Amino acid sequence: MTHEHARLRLKTWSFAVVVVFSNVFGNFFLKRGMPPALATPLDYITVLFHPWVALGVLLLIVWMMSRMALLSWADLSYVLPVTAVGYVLVAVVGKVLLNEQITMKRWAGIGLIVAGVALVSGGSAPQTAHPVSKTVGTGQ
Amino acid sequence: MRWLLIGIIVAATTAGEVLEAAGMRRHGEIRDFRPGAIGRAFTVLARNRFVIAAVAAMAVSFFAYLGLLTIADLSFAVPATAITYVLETVLAKYVLKEHVNWLRWVGASLVICGVALVSL
Repeated sequence: MTHEHARLRLKTWSFAVVVVFSNVFGNFFLKRGMPPALATPLDYITVLFHPWVALGVLLLIVWMMSRMALLSWADLSYVLPVTAVGYVLVAVVGKVLLNEQITMKRWAGIGLIVAGVALVSGGSAPQTAHPVSKTVGTGQ
Repeated sequence: MRWLLIGIIVAATTAGEVLEAAGMRRHGEIRDFRPGAIGRAFTVLARNRFVIAAVAAMAVSFFAYLGLLTIADLSFAVPATAITYVLETVLAKYVLKEHVNWLRWVGASLVICGVALVSL
């Protein structure tokens, strides 16, 4: 593995971790802060100033930005399965923080997702299609 | 009605994410993460036609998803939309010209089955 490959792989892994955690915890805080019902249009605005909801929205902004950055060098067919590990994290967060039960069926699903992620991330480099733009990073 | 919404969500999500990937790949690898550089990247991306179309498609998908959740359970919505993994992997190969080796195909298929099992 060349230095360039190692650099790209490390950068991809770091960003994948940020993408997964910001998505899972963004949705978690959003759900935690949401009142049971939003009656008037004004409620949709004021709910954004609720601390948990604001934190959730902030994390989802981080999620969008980190995912866009990740896709600026990594393949879509790599990013999609690898970030699906978020489904596993959701189940674990539900069990640990909310005391939810994980059924056998759900454990089986978690096992399949983990196996899929391991195959994709271990079996190919993050980038196979070459960048179209030659002036990398400038967008010109 | 629910299948119509599923169709809209799947089409819009697939189009949005493939366009996002195409737009970001055209922009090129982001290497500088200082605040000023991120701001400059944003102004460039805001004029990227692929990124603009991607955001529009994902907005359609988001509102259709909210609509679906009002008439269907999450345990129906999540597995039904997992089909986007297949469509996007196919488009990644033929439109984005990525080299999807057999490990990626097997991995993506396992993920789809797993997502369906976790959420059913």
